[in-house]
Amino acid sequence: MGFKRKDLLSIASLAPEEITLILDAAEPFKEVSGREIKKVPALRGKTVANLFFEPSTRTRASFELAAKRLSADVINFSPSASSVMKGETLLDTARNIEYMQADIIILRHSSAGAAETLARAVRSSVINAGDGWHEHPTQALLDLFTIKEKKSGFKGLRVAIVGDLAHSRVARSDIRALTKMGAEVLVIGPPTMIPPYLDRLGVKISFDLDSALPGMDVIIMLRLQLERQGRSLFPTVREYSRLYGLTPERVRLAASDVLIMHPGPINRGIEIAPEVADSPSASILDQVTNGVAVRMGLMYLLSQLN
Amino acid sequence: MKTLIRNGHVIDPGRFNGKADVLIEGGKIAAVGAKLLVKGDNSSHVTVIEAKGLWVCPGFVDLHVHLREPGFEYKETIATGARAAVAGGFTSVCCMPNTRPVNDSRSVTEFILRQAASAKQAHVFPIGAITKGSDGNELAEIGELYDAGCVALSDDGRPVMQSLIMRRAMEYALAFNLPIIDHCEDLSLAEGGSMNEGLVSTELGLAGIPSAAEEVMVARNVALAELTGARLHLAHVSTVGSVRLVREAKSRGLAVTAEACPHHFSLTEEAVRNFNTHAKMNPPLRTGADVQAVKEGLRDGTIDGIATDHAPHAVQEKQLQFDEAPFGIVGLETALPLVLNLVEEGVLSSEQAISKLTCAPAQVFALPKGTLALGADADVVLIDPDHTWVVDPSRFQSKARNTPFTGWTMKGRVMKTIVGGEVVYDSP
Amino acid sequence: MDPVTNKADTLLMDAHEMGRALTRIAHEILERNKGTADLALVGIRTGGVYLAQRLVQLIQQIDHAHVPLGELDITLYRDDLALRKNQPVLRKTTISFNISDLRIVLVDDVLFTGRTIRAAMDGLMDLGRPAEIQLAVLIDRGHRQLPIRANYVGKNIPTSRDEVVRVFLEETGEHDRVSTLKE
Repeated sequence: MGFKRKDLLSIASLAPEEITLILDAAEPFKEVSGREIKKVPALRGKTVANLFFEPSTRTRASFELAAKRLSADVINFSPSASSVMKGETLLDTARNIEYMQADIIILRHSSAGAAETLARAVRSSVINAGDGWHEHPTQALLDLFTIKEKKSGFKGLRVAIVGDLAHSRVARSDIRALTKMGAEVLVIGPPTMIPPYLDRLGVKISFDLDSALPGMDVIIMLRLQLERQGRSLFPTVREYSRLYGLTPERVRLAASDVLIMHPGPINRGIEIAPEVADSPSASILDQVTNGVAVRMGLMYLLSQLN
Repeated sequence: MKTLIRNGHVIDPGRFNGKADVLIEGGKIAAVGAKLLVKGDNSSHVTVIEAKGLWVCPGFVDLHVHLREPGFEYKETIATGARAAVAGGFTSVCCMPNTRPVNDSRSVTEFILRQAASAKQAHVFPIGAITKGSDGNELAEIGELYDAGCVALSDDGRPVMQSLIMRRAMEYALAFNLPIIDHCEDLSLAEGGSMNEGLVSTELGLAGIPSAAEEVMVARNVALAELTGARLHLAHVSTVGSVRLVREAKSRGLAVTAEACPHHFSLTEEAVRNFNTHAKMNPPLRTGADVQAVKEGLRDGTIDGIATDHAPHAVQEKQLQFDEAPFGIVGLETALPLVLNLVEEGVLSSEQAISKLTCAPAQVFALPKGTLALGADADVVLIDPDHTWVVDPSRFQSKARNTPFTGWTMKGRVMKTIVGGEVVYDSP
Repeated sequence: MDPVTNKADTLLMDAHEMGRALTRIAHEILERNKGTADLALVGIRTGGVYLAQRLVQLIQQIDHAHVPLGELDITLYRDDLALRKNQPVLRKTTISFNISDLRIVLVDDVLFTGRTIRAAMDGLMDLGRPAEIQLAVLIDRGHRQLPIRANYVGKNIPTSRDEVVRVFLEETGEHDRVSTLKE
């Protein structure tokens, strides 16, 4: 089967076979990224537009690098540098970019559904690089890719996702991706950070980290958005860290070969102890490397269709 | 000048239901009965309207519309809104005060009435603000609003959060026997929300507005109504809990009334799934269980009437992202067939359905409307209950196009609307 | 059996001929390069990889020396990438040695327009700077569109442009042979 989509908007909309296809497509690009000359001409003459309405350094750089390693031309738009501040709507901005013959538009936006709205309006392929709290599909794909490298498979794999599930697009995409691939997902966080009916997405819920960790093969720590303190989601960073921070002692509760992941940027000493982040069990930096390969694979697949 | 509506099926809820003619004379209902004016009448001074196969009903009464004028004429004007009203069969509409300036003074009320009179479409009944500027702090000059013609009071859309202010408003309004309408929403519980809080909001990553945000305010208002003895009208109830609270309040004999909107018994939160901003309204579309509760409330009389919460917005406003787009949909021109669906589903009889659009809401605000009684204003609507049509917003009389019902096949259509004896709308 | 191959299927080379041709190429490679020093073979996916494996074995038998073998996927370098209707299957390039300063023998099954070889050379160049690139093919069927010539040829076969030349190998569950069929 081939990848038949114009856009990548969410993991929720993908079939497991499509996820596998993207992960397979990423493999050769991981090899390319390890070369002396990290460039292939697959997207020569194509234009990739990075349209980032929210500040982002890593994701934007990862997409930019991926596009450049495919030999595409890259243009970057960010709100402060464009006319968004002058009241132009997202659609107007995007149509302008479309008429610059952009083949692929990478969109990061603070509103859930922005990528879907955009994809309906433009002919260019749209990749959702994060829309509000909705989804961040390429993050989930690179997480799967990283897990696949380290573990034998997804079936029956026990994965814990810890932190603010309610306000995390990474969590939503990871939950979708992992459950589709057959992993058993347990989400852990304070009840104020677990959105209603989350269990209907096929995950188990726990409020207690210590009792939840035994037997876990993978632990995905979510970034604590510090600006949420004072919104009554948790009393203090201190208490959050004490209850839900990943310490070396807690890591020892999980499986001996546990894989520890984090989408970054990490709050050292808050949701993850420095010793844990820097330990051999942590694959936080592999995730960064794999992110480029997965995004290359994805852009390659999308460019092949159009 | 006489008009005879002939051979129709007259539904004048609680008064008459059967084949009859309706005679209008001098802008008033002159007679309802069989074979009126058959003999000896010179048809030259009688306009005859043939209504065979049609229902002949009192013009509809909408307790809740936003006409946007003054201040937001780019969304809707009193003239276009009143035109949309008669196209939907509504001959009387009550317009909310959240204009710019807010209708918290005689001058705004009189302006609205003047604009409505010159539009010569539906009757427009202004609703005055509870507090100055609807900012929730100080009572508006309610006595003056009453004198100027306001029929009820509300800070719709900016609900009165301070319970003491609400208590005082209820007490003060008793002097004028004015109902207090509340859009029940605890703003702190609802903060940032753009759809119902539930499975769909969890899946889409949209901030939710929980049912409880509505229900805690319904409960508070009921308690205050009990305390003050005020006439309390609850706008657009949308949840299981709200319906239960209203039912309980009524069972204890409190002067509490309630309305429901067609979208709240026709759609669920599932309509938001593709981030369609035309499915964004406040209160938000709820769950299947809430829809059932609203229908049950309509059936057992807990919910008195059906109101549209007609909330026009400009195209570009609804083109924003879901969380950025304004709440609200237009409702006047799609209400009738959605209400008739309830008849089809067996929730209401046809007479009950018509009553929810006519005499029942009229009674809530004590408006002399929604009836074909002798001497009443000749506000009449002719309906073809079997006519099917497809919703095409570009054909709306309203200035706005923001409806979630685009492309729906509807059954039941307004064929002719008469206001004060004059035909103001004729279906094309 | 592939039903297509039964139709107008003309045998161009049987298993014996193929074996002799590969043995001869192995000898020629050793002769031209004066042994196996600094020599490496790179098969072009997919057909060229099996032939390269066979050549490595033959060289081992003849010269008792092991020659490094790599596998090159040229999909990303194709000049018709944007034109194709179906997505070509991406495979991995596996070259575990540094190709810089080596004499690389590219191995492919059929040499036709030369475009595959052009892509393969671009691909190789991105991996390092080989001292020399040579080309070995089982079949040269002519119709070149680029100035490319093979150093080692199993058999020259004149064909018409619309013919399809297919190499069948035991590695893919077929009898070794080369056939042609009209489209």
